[in-house]
Amino acid sequence: MLEMIIIAAIKVVVVIVAVLTGCAYSTLLERRVVAFMQNRVGPNTAGPWGLLTPLADGLKLIFKEDIVPAGVERMTYALAPVIAFIPSMLAFAVVPFTSDFSLFGREISGTLSDLNIGVIYIFAVTSLAVYGICLAGWSSGSKYSLLGGIRSSAQMISYELSYGLTIVGVILIANTLSMRELVAQQDTVTHWFIWRQPLGFLLYLTCAIAETNRAPFDLPEAESELVGGYHTEYSSMRFSMFFIGEYAAMLAVSCVGTTIFLGGWQGPFLPPIVWFVLKVFGCMFFYIWLRATFPRFRYDQLMNFGWKFLFPLALLNTMVTAFFVLWKG
Amino acid sequence: MTGDMIIFAVSAVVAVFGAVMMIAQKNPVASVMFLILSLLAQAVCYVQLGALFLGAVLVVVYAGAIMVLFLFVIMLLNLRGREDLGLSSHPMNTITKFLLVVLLGVELVLIVKSVFMSGAVGGMMAKPTDDFGSVAQVAKLLFTKYMYPFQLTGVLLLVALVGAVVMARKDRSEIAHGAPSEEAVNEPTAGKVGR
Amino acid sequence: MTEILKAFVNVIIKMPQGFGVTLKYLFRKPVTVQYPKQKIPMTPRYRGRHYLERYDDGTERCVCCGLCAAACPADAIYMEPEETANGERKAKVYEINLLRCIFCGFCEEACPEEAVFLGQDYEFSADNRNSFIWTKDQMLVKHPRKENPLKRIIRRVRRVYGVPTAK
Repeated sequence: MLEMIIIAAIKVVVVIVAVLTGCAYSTLLERRVVAFMQNRVGPNTAGPWGLLTPLADGLKLIFKEDIVPAGVERMTYALAPVIAFIPSMLAFAVVPFTSDFSLFGREISGTLSDLNIGVIYIFAVTSLAVYGICLAGWSSGSKYSLLGGIRSSAQMISYELSYGLTIVGVILIANTLSMRELVAQQDTVTHWFIWRQPLGFLLYLTCAIAETNRAPFDLPEAESELVGGYHTEYSSMRFSMFFIGEYAAMLAVSCVGTTIFLGGWQGPFLPPIVWFVLKVFGCMFFYIWLRATFPRFRYDQLMNFGWKFLFPLALLNTMVTAFFVLWKG
Repeated sequence: MTGDMIIFAVSAVVAVFGAVMMIAQKNPVASVMFLILSLLAQAVCYVQLGALFLGAVLVVVYAGAIMVLFLFVIMLLNLRGREDLGLSSHPMNTITKFLLVVLLGVELVLIVKSVFMSGAVGGMMAKPTDDFGSVAQVAKLLFTKYMYPFQLTGVLLLVALVGAVVMARKDRSEIAHGAPSEEAVNEPTAGKVGR
Repeated sequence: MTEILKAFVNVIIKMPQGFGVTLKYLFRKPVTVQYPKQKIPMTPRYRGRHYLERYDDGTERCVCCGLCAAACPADAIYMEPEETANGERKAKVYEINLLRCIFCGFCEEACPEEAVFLGQDYEFSADNRNSFIWTKDQMLVKHPRKENPLKRIIRRVRRVYGVPTAK
């Protein structure tokens, strides 16, 4: 019993540290890739190739003054960054990072916890992340924040439905909700679900970007119109909580996408964990690439796209898949 | 066993606490937050019963979608206190309040009595079966035994939706004949200036 | 129907084209200049901070005539004259307030002795206002210079306006 708890605790710590490091280096990756796509070089001063930049950024944010503006709702204002940060971290609890392995003569499973409803669990926790943004916008007592918060709540409701529907196709084919099972079924490249659900994969990517409020769906924090959106009034560590939360959410949807559509840690030659990290950062690269390529949606375009295009397509995808699953028996 | 009891006790107390605080709050956003707290605690209770699916769906649907809508409306109308809700201007009659409380109290007692005293099925004390709350079982019940109630609920929601749209829609005649359009105002002036 | 068709054309043809553009630029050489380490040479006629020239024998060219101060549209030059041991006139104090100076170059055109010139330096940041007042010691070149390329330009300007030139 005690041994089990210790192993679980160690795994949790390893995963949290890995995820936070991943977030930090995603910021660097993003800044450098976008810079190169714009004929710039990006941050390259701290350490070789700028590899210490995330560390410098973190130190700077920790030592900055924490300003609480007058007229904020204190309790909610303090809670909001935490609420934004925790759900995206919770999502990593069911992600299968690697195959089961044995260390010091003990069998250790590659996930933190293998829920038999892992996929729904992920949707449950990620759907809570919107509260952080909403409450931050509401409690700041600033018009920009409020508009950012309202936009994000409308956007997240609109896209969550399609987001959930996109993976129903895969679940119908795989006949399981467990992330482990999903990976186990994609044992060779030809069995990856992306080949059987190409439309589902495209829709998943789109909805995932909208869910995590990333460009070109980054209306809640549209700099050109809303200053900083919901985090306009935040500074120091509170601000960085939102920042880490956003990148953790990006990593989380990349992990889920990898697990559901791209075969998780399955892959030839290289060790499973390397394959997993490669695929996740491939997704992250796509995110960044998209941000560098397309301009931001207008608000009515966003709503039209979500309800009149994405949602019917996701529904169609689900229905066609269900039909074929029934037909084949 | 003791661990389970502690978790259950904590989550049950939190659920009730959240529900009570939701009513007691003057600030609508705080009310929403306490309701979410209560819902999350209920989800924990479901998980304890082994109904992981129900717990997760409760969080997805209620905490993740419906309460966000509540919050959205509150933020859109920027309600910050009792005055915004118009509660202080129309206080309910004290006798009406008292009667309502008594009525609800009697109802509560009757429900509790019927659940605990019936004895026939053991009420809520029955041990859940192995696949209690699993995806397959919920789906089977929804599409066989409770098919009609389930569909009727859907129709009810649809009716509410259509009603909301009808109420929110502007009167077409008002748009057509209300304020004169910009063109109509501008045209004669432009003609005069031209000559 | 046409809208749906258009959307599919966008997804299948137009969007990949956009991605192609950004991907192409990813592999291009950045145009960034790593400024403090790497500097772009200024054009020869760039007007930076001033310096005061010397004659070939090392004496100062400036005779403190006050023409530069008179020509200065920003009123940035202040000077006080003094007499040397052999009776020649030179500047005791010669100050330019770089916060006022607009780097127009009128002073170098006005100077009959070809003493004051605007150089190429543009890095003069400081954290207090007093250090923007440059004194004679800071601006006077250490050693006489053989030929200043700017002189030719200045002389041409003078010829155009019919102003006599120093030897």
